[in-house]
Amino acid sequence: MDNTLLGKVPFWLDPKKRAVIFQIGVFCMVGLLAYYLVSNTLVNLERQSIATGFGFIHKESSFEIGESLISYSAASSYGRALVAGALNTLKVSFIGIVITLILGAIVGVARLSSNWLVSKLAAIYIEVMQDIPVLLQLFFWYAIFYETLPSPQQALSPMNGLFMCNRGMAFAVPEAHPAHKYMVLAFFVGCVVVYIIHRWAKKRQDKTGQVFPVFTVSIGVIIGLPLLTWLTFGAPMKMDVPKLTGFNFTGGLTLSPEFFALLLGLVLYTAAFVAEVVRAGIQAVSKGQREAAMAIGLKPHHVLNLVILPQALRVIIPPLTSQMLNLTKNSSLAVAIGFPDFVSVANTTINQTGQSIEGVALIMAVYLIFSLSTSAFMNWYNKRVAIVER
Amino acid sequence: MEESILGTQTEESKPPITSVGVIGWVKSNLFNGLFNSILTIVILYLLWKMIPPLFQWAFIDSVWYTNGKACRGIDGACWSIIPTNLRFIIFGFFPYELQWRPFAAMIILFGLLFYSRDRKHWTKYLGYGWIAGLFAMGLLMKGGLFGLSPVETTQWGGLPLTLLLSVFGLTAAYPLGIVLALGRQSKMRGLKLLCILYIELIRGVPLISLLFMSSFIFPLFLPEGVIIPSIIRAQVAIILFTAAYIAEVVRGGLQGMSRGQYEAAESIGLNYYLTMRLVILPQALKIVIPPTVSILISAFKDTSLVMIIALFDLLKTTQTVLSNPEWMGFSREAYIFIAILYFAGCFSMSNYSRKLEKELSTEN
Repeated sequence: MDNTLLGKVPFWLDPKKRAVIFQIGVFCMVGLLAYYLVSNTLVNLERQSIATGFGFIHKESSFEIGESLISYSAASSYGRALVAGALNTLKVSFIGIVITLILGAIVGVARLSSNWLVSKLAAIYIEVMQDIPVLLQLFFWYAIFYETLPSPQQALSPMNGLFMCNRGMAFAVPEAHPAHKYMVLAFFVGCVVVYIIHRWAKKRQDKTGQVFPVFTVSIGVIIGLPLLTWLTFGAPMKMDVPKLTGFNFTGGLTLSPEFFALLLGLVLYTAAFVAEVVRAGIQAVSKGQREAAMAIGLKPHHVLNLVILPQALRVIIPPLTSQMLNLTKNSSLAVAIGFPDFVSVANTTINQTGQSIEGVALIMAVYLIFSLSTSAFMNWYNKRVAIVER
Repeated sequence: MEESILGTQTEESKPPITSVGVIGWVKSNLFNGLFNSILTIVILYLLWKMIPPLFQWAFIDSVWYTNGKACRGIDGACWSIIPTNLRFIIFGFFPYELQWRPFAAMIILFGLLFYSRDRKHWTKYLGYGWIAGLFAMGLLMKGGLFGLSPVETTQWGGLPLTLLLSVFGLTAAYPLGIVLALGRQSKMRGLKLLCILYIELIRGVPLISLLFMSSFIFPLFLPEGVIIPSIIRAQVAIILFTAAYIAEVVRGGLQGMSRGQYEAAESIGLNYYLTMRLVILPQALKIVIPPTVSILISAFKDTSLVMIIALFDLLKTTQTVLSNPEWMGFSREAYIFIAILYFAGCFSMSNYSRKLEKELSTEN
């Protein structure tokens, strides 16, 4: 004790100083390794006369992209190609996440069903899908598409206006009409109105105890407003039906086999994991909670909405976030079946320009942005539903 | 008198026949309530519509031992693609007459795995056994010693490659992951920051970007003339990737340790290294065995991604067979076959993890 006060402890026995020295050592080693790799890389780049930097982004790409959300041609720049790829990744991830959440929730609830058949089927689905690599599933669905389905000339048409062939799935969509723009607008206005009603109803309930049928009114507003807009425009009914012209379908909306196989594979695979998360979340709410809620006379949907779900969500959200991120990351496997997602476009860019370092850095940066923003959003949401300790 | 009354009463109060036995089970598990009854009927109808045609396709109309031409006209499945090409699918381009070597390596691996199933066998000697086994497997694959002729790594492929990548990947990633987890829990700010950066960076990007890095950028990192085979590069990428996930799992275990454990270890005068080795890690790693097995399962599934950088793993050898004109168009059968292989592997692992979880939970 006296020794420390007098400062007689040698510096290599003082934990604080030792920690500093140790960390300096580690940083030096990491720095040396980095220096070694970077210097090697610079020498190699010079030897192979590869120019570094992102100058290639403005050059003409001269490759085609199968499908793109923005106008793109082979004359566009690499930068535009990469943006188109990133948008495709976002598209497939967003649609995939929405369908996965719905399917996963259904399967997760089915797993807990009192119906033996339903519960066993859900269990089989979960086990089988989790145990087969997602890449293999993608190949399987892709093979089903281009080997099993007929050519466009003999396309299957299980429903009026729906065609399935080895060039993809074509289905009828409403023909473009000015009403659609206003219907979308009406939908957003409906969402805002619902938000306001929701806040007002909560305030009123806190004050007077009267319950306002928020759910029914919300559904009515969200569906009713666009419907009303549609009717005021004279209810345009005309459909844009896909037609076979030459070797392929024109008109309507066509989903490419690559997109469809990717979406199907990702959704079926991830939904199995989401189902397990949902099941675990529901089971985490103790039986007493449901019984207590029923004992104080809540209606079944109130039991679910006010007691079970708020508690289950708290358990579900963190693992659900990582599953959503997994789906986004797994969408990079599109490169294997030829869907032009970001990784696929970046891969083509690397092969054409030889700018491998920049290409891989771009892939990592884009996925980091996706991952970090998703987890930031989910953390924010998680904080909102988290338990408030008093 | 009383007795006889009681006797008749018990006989009369037997449960009705509709609530016990098969009928009772069906009633309470399939037809309890209107909604469930409708659900059951709809599902039974769908199964009745789907299963017989599938069965017909897979077993009745199918062929098993023919060549590709004989498969063309039939309605059923062409399973012939598998027995005919089995050796290529399993072993890839490994020299034909030497294929007993990867086979023996796989036998050693399965033997070790089977022996390790029982937790009673988890001793120091099993650890040595694993080290010797891994060495023997590497030797059998590579050759060059004890009169075994050397085989280039470019010729490795199929199931042995898949297993090799996952087993060696996990063995190397495990210690690295523990070090990263300890670093993340450390009180040293700089070290902690470094570990957090590494873990979050790796977990934020897809494995495929690391594999691209290993195949495109890694060669640039090395001085001129040094060439590392692509299998080793892919292996390094898998190790670096898996380590970040293991680090997060181990961190969960470390956080589950109560402060008392650290304080007790400190109070008997153990230093940091001994505290971790003798007190904290043995307990923390035991807690996280089940999640570690699920990391192993995903590492096993993720090895299929190496086919994108043109390594001949199980998936790629299968696709090579499918690109042969004779067997073109039978993807479903081939993919179902390797799906069964992957399923068997993953299912036995997850089953084992569930069993282990049960064993561990009863102990506490």
